[in-house]
Amino acid sequence: MVETLIVIAATLTGAAFLLALWRFLKGPSAADRVVAFDGLTIVSITMIILIAFVEGRGIYLDVALVYALLSFLGVIAVARYLERGF
Amino acid sequence: MNILMTAMTGLLCLAMLGSAWVAVTGKGSGQRVSIAILASGLVSLFASVLFLILAAPDVAMTEAAIGSGLTTFLFFFVLSRVRAGRQDGS
Amino acid sequence: MDSLLNLLGGLLLVAGASFLFLGGLGLVRMPDVFNRIQAGTKATTLGTLLGLAGFACLRPEWGLKLLLIGLVTLFTNPISSQVLARAAHRTRVEMTLNTTVDRLAEDTGEEA
Repeated sequence: MVETLIVIAATLTGAAFLLALWRFLKGPSAADRVVAFDGLTIVSITMIILIAFVEGRGIYLDVALVYALLSFLGVIAVARYLERGF
Repeated sequence: MNILMTAMTGLLCLAMLGSAWVAVTGKGSGQRVSIAILASGLVSLFASVLFLILAAPDVAMTEAAIGSGLTTFLFFFVLSRVRAGRQDGS
Repeated sequence: MDSLLNLLGGLLLVAGASFLFLGGLGLVRMPDVFNRIQAGTKATTLGTLLGLAGFACLRPEWGLKLLLIGLVTLFTNPISSQVLARAAHRTRVEMTLNTTVDRLAEDTGEEA
């Protein structure tokens, strides 16, 4: 029962990943691509925790934490560059 | 569960190829360099998830910190410095 | 009792994943950058938090780390979306034709 639910959740997460990737590949302006970058990193955090659950190793959650903090820094750097160039 | 990991690996490889394609041939409204930097940061982000699937969390953490965070930040810092210097010098 | 907690966790996980999917769908279907920011950060934040709650129900011994990740997501995502929207407004990304009100342009006194 729980296995089926996890497979459904993984499929939906993969579909969200593909949709955000499509926006990143297509996106007409730079701001579109930054939005898609943000969405991709947020979906990737859920994917990392899914991997940690399937493999059953709690140490992988630290990677998700580092990932969340660093993607935030990256988006802030890009946005400040687009706004006035540091 | 095994086929789930295989599908996820295929998805990540596809995403790495796509974002590398954007990094090489990205078209946009006048900001091609920043799009290329962003896409190369995304490549290393996907690479860190792939390292995680290969059961190497320490390598994944280093890749996420250096490849994605520090390199992107440094590239944008240097790019803004170059732009400001060009405006002052000429 | 244990199987009930597992079932609750699985259902929360599916709900969070469907919110992530809806966020991705909005990222593709919305007409301009500001609508995409709206769909791509709010819906995915809620989806991530629901998914984290589901994982915390499935594995209660990971609760502290999952709570930490949830707090980081909850605090950083709105900040990044706000900074991003302001940068997009400053670089004059074109809006959709249905836009009627632009309060930021009114506040800063520039023409939209």
